[in-house]
Amino acid sequence: MTRSAERPLSPHLTIWKWGPHMLVSILHRLTGGALTVAGLAVLTWWLVAISAGADAYATFAKAAGSPVGLVVLVGLTWSFWQHFFSGLRHLVLDIGAGYELKINRLFSVLTIATALLATAMTWFIILGVGK
Amino acid sequence: MNAGNSATPLGKVRGLGPAGNVGHHWLEERLISVAILLLSLWLIFSLMMLPSLDRHTLAEWLRAPAGAVPMALFVITAFRHGLDGMKVVVDDYVHDDGTRIGLHIVLTMVAIGGAALALFALAKIAFGVPA
Repeated sequence: MTRSAERPLSPHLTIWKWGPHMLVSILHRLTGGALTVAGLAVLTWWLVAISAGADAYATFAKAAGSPVGLVVLVGLTWSFWQHFFSGLRHLVLDIGAGYELKINRLFSVLTIATALLATAMTWFIILGVGK
Repeated sequence: MNAGNSATPLGKVRGLGPAGNVGHHWLEERLISVAILLLSLWLIFSLMMLPSLDRHTLAEWLRAPAGAVPMALFVITAFRHGLDGMKVVVDDYVHDDGTRIGLHIVLTMVAIGGAALALFALAKIAFGVPA
């Protein structure tokens, strides 16, 4: 790309003051990437393990229940809810609503708060029913 | 694609987006987003409602149409939505057209391959002999 030396670059990440909207935007991308790479890999492994037999499923269950496996699964659960609520926010923005500064900020904060709450509730239910 | 020799400003830019037919592409992305929104809620609530997450329970669940059909739709939609997202990330950060198109091809192949593997495993569970 050609760039004229006398024309300044627009302010970039390093000099913007961080706000919840920026954080949510970047989290949407990061969680989307994590869900695509790790999430789809886990989904596929899980289905293949169920189809392959008791031994294959035991291997999957052992990995899923290990400390690393639990960190990955809790991370994916949070990624899912964060991407879910942030995605809802994007659909609202797509119809042209929610651009007012205070509302935009509020929606951003809400996606982070609800995602954390939903993650906690999901694992509370998964672990709490005594499976 | 428009050659850009139209008299009006709109006519000049029409058809010049990165995907060519951008309006249709944009709408399709949103439709798939809404589909994955609903299907992912179905999956997470199904997993929370199942009495157990052992292989037998999961296989019984995925053998019934009410489990197998939404799961097939989820697999297809999740891989498609993930592929769409990864393509956007590539479009944003890779500026060389050759590398960009090459990465799009690789991502598409991996996504179709992964989805095929997951669907094969699901079909094996759904149509297989009960364990």
